[in-house]
Amino acid sequence: MAAAVSAHENGVKDILLIERDQYLGGILNQCIHTGFGINYFKEALTGPEYAGRFIEKVRNTPDIEVSLKSIAVKLTSDRIVTFLKPGKLETVKARAVIMATGCREKTREMTHIQGSRPAGIFSAGLAQKLINIEGLLPGKEVVVVGSGDVGLIMARRFVMEGAKVKAIIEIQKETRGLLRNMVQCVEDFDIPVYFNHKISRIFGDSRVEKVSVVRVDNDFNEVPASLFEIQCDTILMSVGLIPENELIEMAGVRIEEDRTSVPGIFVCGNSFKIYDIVDAVTEDSFLTGKLAANYIASQ
Amino acid sequence: MKIYDVVIIGAGVIGTSIARDLARYKLDIALLEKEEEPAFGVSKSNSGIIHPGIQNSPSSLKGRLCVQGNFLIRSLSKELNIDFKESGELVVAFNEEETRELLRLKKEAESLGVPALEIVDKTWLRQNEPNLSAEVVAALYAPTAGIISPYRLVYGLAENAVKNGVEIFTETKVENIIYSKPNFEIFSSKGLFRSRYVINSAGLFADEISKMLGVDYFKIRPRKGEEFILDKKKENLTHHLILPLPSKTSKGVIIIKTADGNPMIGPTAEDIEDKEDLSTSDSGFNKVLSSARRLVPSINDKDIIAYFAGLRPVAGDDFIIKHENKVPGFINVVGIQSPGLTASPAIALLVTSILKDSGQALKKKFIFHAHRKKTMHLFQSPLLKAKKLIKKDPSYGDIVCRCEMVSAKEIRDAVKQGAKTMDGIKFRTRAQAGRCHGSFCTTRIMKILAEERKIPVISVTKRGKGSEIVKESRFCFSEQKE
Repeated sequence: MAAAVSAHENGVKDILLIERDQYLGGILNQCIHTGFGINYFKEALTGPEYAGRFIEKVRNTPDIEVSLKSIAVKLTSDRIVTFLKPGKLETVKARAVIMATGCREKTREMTHIQGSRPAGIFSAGLAQKLINIEGLLPGKEVVVVGSGDVGLIMARRFVMEGAKVKAIIEIQKETRGLLRNMVQCVEDFDIPVYFNHKISRIFGDSRVEKVSVVRVDNDFNEVPASLFEIQCDTILMSVGLIPENELIEMAGVRIEEDRTSVPGIFVCGNSFKIYDIVDAVTEDSFLTGKLAANYIASQ
Repeated sequence: MKIYDVVIIGAGVIGTSIARDLARYKLDIALLEKEEEPAFGVSKSNSGIIHPGIQNSPSSLKGRLCVQGNFLIRSLSKELNIDFKESGELVVAFNEEETRELLRLKKEAESLGVPALEIVDKTWLRQNEPNLSAEVVAALYAPTAGIISPYRLVYGLAENAVKNGVEIFTETKVENIIYSKPNFEIFSSKGLFRSRYVINSAGLFADEISKMLGVDYFKIRPRKGEEFILDKKKENLTHHLILPLPSKTSKGVIIIKTADGNPMIGPTAEDIEDKEDLSTSDSGFNKVLSSARRLVPSINDKDIIAYFAGLRPVAGDDFIIKHENKVPGFINVVGIQSPGLTASPAIALLVTSILKDSGQALKKKFIFHAHRKKTMHLFQSPLLKAKKLIKKDPSYGDIVCRCEMVSAKEIRDAVKQGAKTMDGIKFRTRAQAGRCHGSFCTTRIMKILAEERKIPVISVTKRGKGSEIVKESRFCFSEQKE
């Protein structure tokens, strides 16, 4: 949205915003905690409030056409975009394309954790959506794997919903997340954190029953004598985010430093690289919108 | 109370194959399955390989039925509209001694009737399988090897069996069977069934079923196989299935091409005690990775995006497929490990003839619906075809799983075709099997499943009771509009 608004402010009068969900806002819609916009708006907003500021700007800009429930399925290096929506498959050619497709989470399946594959294992973002958007509590006794921001936020969220968060397990010697989250989510809620530890095995046939946890040495090898178990019915994975740029790859476009290998195709936000705070994403997106506008003007 | 002509226990690939074949005849058939859906036992963990018939003793049932099955699966897959791809396979040799073993295998296989076998050299391999290790000196090329989706085959068979009159009862666990001449009384978790014949295709628990009738000369010992799935981007890493020379207990770690496009490496072969132990292990991971890299050196652990384990129901070296004369009317179809999937159409025919030989009259029905309509998958269709589909039904364009491009329509259709669980939807449509492993689509799929099945969202399970996805709902009303 920021990129669209910025492109418009810099002279582009014909903009199509393709969004796969049923409403604008992206991942911010499920981030109901505050802390968004401290830099950009000088206020501490919730995710939906922050998104709401941009939705209003987009709604007030008739030159920005919004297509919801629309998923882009193909991108070519000469800026042809094919997208699907209920009832239609459309192909458009653009003078410039901006990819702002965000990121996805690293899941249990991507690293080998030995043991069974029961119900009750969630990526932190999925758990967040289930609780905040759907009002469903994924589990009652939780172990969080990884101390990334999403995991810390969700650890607190579970406690607030009456679940027991037994531990946060972090393989590194310190958190990957923001310090303020360590304080506001972990310390303030008395959640035990095990640094230099990893999950050794997952137990449970139909549903998670327990995990075994082990300390690791400086080379990340398991120290067998330190093995202990934690009873739980839920495992939250918060072990990293991956920029979602499959379309870019499909088009044979490479991402280099701060631009792509094809002039006219731009990437911004988390689909370019993982940002820690949304204000930085907005700044990046505003800049990208301007660059796209300049590119069009120069053609 | 209704007396069935035949009750089949176990709706895996064997049980559903038998049911579908017997459905050609005027018989009352019931297929009992203890899990929530067919294929949820042994069959779902199958590698999906249609073997050419190499590596089986010519005097074994395995050998004969594998070659016959390899041939039959082609017309069967066309009738059921299940994709079958003839990829061919290469059994590789790293030295002179192994090359001699290849020749022996070739001769043995030819005596079984395996067609078109040839020994290929380094030049051929360099041209046709460029990523294969340069250490490989020769290979036995079997062009009739192929790949199929094992669970989609089971679903196709089950649906077609039902269309032709078979009744399938899921969540129906057989607890005891009594032979009360001339019928069997089958006590199940869903009530009593009576039938003239009982066919035991209960996979891992077939020995326990057989023991209920006092036939206990075999024991099923689970042999675990761990498999590791690679990123779909590596789809063209190999063009054929790549196998090492077999050992006594297994075909070794194979570079598999799956019907969904992702390469897969595995399986291990480990004899265990626990019939419910489906865990993967670090040692299994390391073994598979190193064995795979020996065949294709460019594979590395970063390519691995998912993994699982399955259990082979081993009852000895060969299949046991026979009418148990001690208990007239009881037919054991057990110990169906590899090449069971390949052999399944032939096993079904064999069982039909056993049934006939033991006195059951088999009168062909006037009408047998041999064909099953193709299930449309957007992700498999070229863009122009996708456009037509969406025009015909707009909800094809309502994408739920964006990693695999699965629409709301496909998911609803899957439920109508028998999917009751999240795994059932995954196996039928690929939704949740893509890059994000369900992180983005799980919520919506849960809601569609709940709506279609008219159950509360908190009752939606991964693969049956006990595996509910969420624990509680914060809403007062139990149903939410999708």
